[in-house]
Amino acid sequence: MYCEECKRKPATVHVTKIIDGKKHESHLCATCAQKDQMDVGVQPSFAIPNFLAALFNLNPEIAAPFVPDNADDTCKKCGVSFNKITQTGRLGCNQCYQEFSDRLEPLLRRIHGSGQHLGKVPQRRGGLIRQKHEISQLRVNLQQFVAREEFEQAAVIRDEIRKLEQGLEG
Amino acid sequence: MSIESIIQKTVSHWMQASGRLNDVVISSRIRLARNLEGYPFPLELSESQALELINQVKEAVAKAPDGPFEYVSLSEISPLERHVLVEKHLVSPQYVENPMGRGVAINDDQSISIMVNEEDHLRIQCFLPGFNLEEAWDCAAKVDDLLEASLDIAFDEKIGFLTACPTNVGTGLRASAMVHLPALVMTNQVNRVLGSLPQLGLTVRGLFGEGSDAMGNLFQISNQVTLGKTEEDILANLSAVTSQIVDKEREARQSLSEGAKEQLEDRVWRAYGLLTNARLIPGQEALKLLSDVRLGADLGFISNLELEVFNELIVSTGPAHLQYFAGQEINSMARAGQRAILIRSRLINADREEQRC
Ligand SMILES: [Zn+2]
Ligand SMILES: [Zn+2]
Repeated sequence: MYCEECKRKPATVHVTKIIDGKKHESHLCATCAQKDQMDVGVQPSFAIPNFLAALFNLNPEIAAPFVPDNADDTCKKCGVSFNKITQTGRLGCNQCYQEFSDRLEPLLRRIHGSGQHLGKVPQRRGGLIRQKHEISQLRVNLQQFVAREEFEQAAVIRDEIRKLEQGLEG
Repeated sequence: MSIESIIQKTVSHWMQASGRLNDVVISSRIRLARNLEGYPFPLELSESQALELINQVKEAVAKAPDGPFEYVSLSEISPLERHVLVEKHLVSPQYVENPMGRGVAINDDQSISIMVNEEDHLRIQCFLPGFNLEEAWDCAAKVDDLLEASLDIAFDEKIGFLTACPTNVGTGLRASAMVHLPALVMTNQVNRVLGSLPQLGLTVRGLFGEGSDAMGNLFQISNQVTLGKTEEDILANLSAVTSQIVDKEREARQSLSEGAKEQLEDRVWRAYGLLTNARLIPGQEALKLLSDVRLGADLGFISNLELEVFNELIVSTGPAHLQYFAGQEINSMARAGQRAILIRSRLINADREEQRC
C-alpha cells in the first residue's frame, strides 16, 4: 500500500481518527505522518530526533526544506556543527545554546511557546545568579549617580558592588 | 545490594496498588533532565570524561541522607540484566543499547533512579503508585537539590536548565501519569477523550503499542512543554486533565456495568479462567487478559485479589524477566509457557492470601 498523502512511499503508519463520531483511517508514510502528527489525536510514536530535525528543517509557511545559511558553523567549545545538531536533534554542549542562540531561540518558541524560564532555580548556583542580578542592578544605579555627579552616593554603591564581587569570588 | 538483589526484588514501590484514584491511575512519574557544567553532553562525551563524570555523580549520590543508592554500571552487567532494568522502568530502552560509560543509581524501594550519561548527564526519576504527582515532584526536587549541592549544574538565567535536546530545556521536567482505560477503549471513546490532549500541551502514548491498539489499555499522559511554565503549573495542568480522564473512565465503567453487566462479567471471568488455566500465554494476550481481570477486580466482580498483582505481573511477565528467572535465553514459545506458570501461581496465591486474612 502506498502513502495516501504523497502516493510515492510505502505507507507504514496507520492512523485511526474519530471525528464527530465517525472513524477515519489514514495510511501514511513516515514523512507524511510526521507532518500530520500535529492534528492526530492519539499520536503514532515517532523518534524525537526526527521530530526535531523536522522542526529545524521545515519552514512552517511553505513546508519546504530550509537550509540555514551558515549550517557549517561549529560551537567554539565542543566543535559540533549546527548541521550535525539538526541531524541528531541533540546539542553538543551547554555552550551550544549561546553559540547558536539566533537559530535556537525561534525554535524554542515554536516548541514551547515561550523563551523564558519561570521554574526552579538551582539553590547554590542560583544564589550566584541572584547576586549577579543584584550587581548589574547596582551598576546601573552607580552610573546614574555618576551622571548626576552625586559622588558620595556613588562611592557607597561602588563599595557595595566590590563587597558582592568579592563574595562571588570567595 | 547488587544487581541480583535489585532484580530479585520484583515488587517496586510504584507497583503497590495504593495512592489516590488507583482504580484508574496506576502510577505517577517525574523525570528531571540535568547536565553538568564543564562536560559536553553525553553524545559528545569521551570515555574518560564519562567515567570522570560518573565518579562525581557517585560521590554526590553517596551523600543522600535518606538511605543508600545502589550504583549499577551498565557495562558490567549482562544484556539480559540491562533489559530487566528496562522492564522495571528503571532505565529507558534507548539507554541500554550502548552501555559504555553509563550507569544508574537506584534506591532501596526502587522509587528513585538516577540515570547517568543517558541523553543528558543526569536523568532523575521518581516513580510512585497511584495519582501522586506532587509527592513524586517533591521527591525528585529533593534529589535534584542533593545533587546540585555538590555538582555544578548547567543553568541559564533565561532558558533555565540546559538539556541535550531543546524539547526538554527550561524545567527539564517530564511529568507522567500512567492510566488504565479499559472502559473508554471498550466503548470506543478513548480516541475522542485522549485526542484533545495535544491542544492542552500534553502527549499521550500507549505503554505497549499505540492508539486504540494500546495493549493492556495502559496509556501514559505527559506534559509536552518544559519552558515558560513553572513546575507547579505543569503539574497542575497534567493533574487537572488526568482527573477528568479518571472521571470519564469511571463513567464509562459505570454505564458498562449498568447496561451490559452480564457481558462484562462474562468477559472478566473468561479472562480469569484463561489466566488461571492456560498453559501458553503470549505477552500481548497476557496484557489484554490482565487488563480485563483488573477491571473486574476494580468493579468488585472479583473481590479477593490483591490489586498489586497486576502491576507486578505486567512487569515480571516481560521477556527479559522470564529469561532472567529461567536462567537462560529461551524462545517465545518457552516464554509463553513460563509466563503461564508465573501468572497462574501468582493469581492463585494472590487469591488465597486474601482469603486467609
Ligand atoms: Zn507520504
Ligand atoms: Zn557546543
